Amino acid sequence: MSRPVYDSPRTAKSLATAEAPPAPQAVPVRAAAVPPALELRGVSKSFGHPGGDQLVLDDIGLAVAPGEFVCLLGASGCGKSTLLGLAAGIDEPSAGTVSAVGPRPALMFQEHALFPWLTAGKNIELALRLRGVPRRERRPEAERLLGLVRLNGAYGKRVHELSGGMRQRVALARALAQASQVLLMDEPFAALDAITRDLLHDELIRVWHEWNQPAGGARSLSVLFVTHNVREAVRLGGRVVLLASRPGRIARQWRIDLTYPRRLEDEAVAEKSKEITEELRKEISRHAGS
Amino acid sequence: MPGADIRRPPEAADLAGLSTGLDALQSTQHQGGARLGRVLLGRVAPPVVACVLILTVWELVHLSGVKPDYVLPGPRAVWDALVEQWYLGTTLGVIGQSVSHGALGFLAAVAIGTPLGLFVWSVRPVRTAIGPILTGLQSLPSVAWVPASVIWFGLTETAIYAVVLLGAVPSVANGLVAGLDQVPPLFLRAGRTLGAQGLRAVRHVLLPAALPGYLAGLKQGWAFSWRSLMAAELIAGSPEMGYGLGQMLENGRVAQDMPLVLATILLILCVGISVDLLVFAPLERYVLRTRGLLERAP
Repeated sequence: MSRPVYDSPRTAKSLATAEAPPAPQAVPVRAAAVPPALELRGVSKSFGHPGGDQLVLDDIGLAVAPGEFVCLLGASGCGKSTLLGLAAGIDEPSAGTVSAVGPRPALMFQEHALFPWLTAGKNIELALRLRGVPRRERRPEAERLLGLVRLNGAYGKRVHELSGGMRQRVALARALAQASQVLLMDEPFAALDAITRDLLHDELIRVWHEWNQPAGGARSLSVLFVTHNVREAVRLGGRVVLLASRPGRIARQWRIDLTYPRRLEDEAVAEKSKEITEELRKEISRHAGS
Repeated sequence: MPGADIRRPPEAADLAGLSTGLDALQSTQHQGGARLGRVLLGRVAPPVVACVLILTVWELVHLSGVKPDYVLPGPRAVWDALVEQWYLGTTLGVIGQSVSHGALGFLAAVAIGTPLGLFVWSVRPVRTAIGPILTGLQSLPSVAWVPASVIWFGLTETAIYAVVLLGAVPSVANGLVAGLDQVPPLFLRAGRTLGAQGLRAVRHVLLPAALPGYLAGLKQGWAFSWRSLMAAELIAGSPEMGYGLGQMLENGRVAQDMPLVLATILLILCVGISVDLLVFAPLERYVLRTRGLLERAP
């Protein structure tokens, strides 16, 4: 057993043991001893429509512990992206409160959203600059972040010179440059091919672990990862939250107690995915009559 | 124990090898730069051939004698007129006079049109109010402003600049508005999550993102500046305004010197083409290429 095996981040692990044994069914959201890194309380969001307001999110209560990796799963129309917009502070909730520790949460999109007029390195430096990092420290920090996502030689590369997977890694480095304690990801790998996506899953988990190592000081990185892919959710998350659609509300939650790194083809992952898929299908069937 | 039956995960080193391997596979191979010979053949030869063809047709029409010499002089007579002007020693001064008027007027138009465009784009009522007027002004021939500016400012340089500005400002402003309209909302969202708000968002996200459209507006703005300037110089000539290409054209007309008129037209055309080739084309290519919006030259 000399081969390195990733450990769960300290905080997530302590939370998991605090709530052990894992319930076979839904895991109730409980107030943890540590204040959550991100907390949504009674959050609702409706958009004005000619025929009356349309409720998109209904009374969402969600707390993400420091260092926790939570996957938000749901079919179309469950308001996943809306929820991330609220968590990122780009949009305002119609009711309820959103609070996050540290600086503004970082947000990654399905499209890389890198600025094509800047090089990969300069994209990261812009994030550092907007955060107030002094000029002299920007370049080395950008290089360090590029190294973290294994793109050491990419500092001077233009966005269009990078492959889809490399772009998303630069986007990840740019998000990390914000030094937020919460990273929001809106289906970041959905547009990639299966091989690249599978590899980026591993890389993301690795970066998340490295960021949460004690060597990094007291900094923790919580991830809220939105996806419509059950396997992806089970593969990545320490907790999977299923959102019901129209309006979006939390239907059920599962704690995923599998060691990292996981593989898409692991039997345990498949088993858990099956269970969650059943639930997701039930959830979708509810809308058959409407 | 949960996960006990999980197969061994890849080691960190394996993952590094996988990542770099996939990157290598997905990176495009760099092709060598274009050969000089191919550039000459592909980019220089066609316009040269076109020019030669035009000159040949011109010479043939001239030789056929459908029009008398003083109405349609041949290419050689025009060339002689150019050479004669050159030996007078004033040609460069005349071109310089016009170009400096045009350039100054254009820069002023950029200085006014840019904030105007930003203002029109960002304030919706303003856009509704003067957006259509700006677009309309673009299609108004700037010659129409010459009589008005002469009445307002007399036969002075101010009158010339007024005409140039009225011709170019709408183009610059409209170009910026069009460029800003084409900025993908995703960039603005990304900028906001990075903490770019207000003026910082304008500087770091909005303006760079709008640059291609803005550049097209600048290019058109220059074309309009140059045209308006020629119109103004042609119609309103006075010693106070200096002696530019427009006045040279008018002198040729008064003297019924058709070779001089055609020679001057060629000079005006050459200035327009040179500015486009030397200033705007490289700028545009650079902007588009860095953004991956331009295929490598074949």
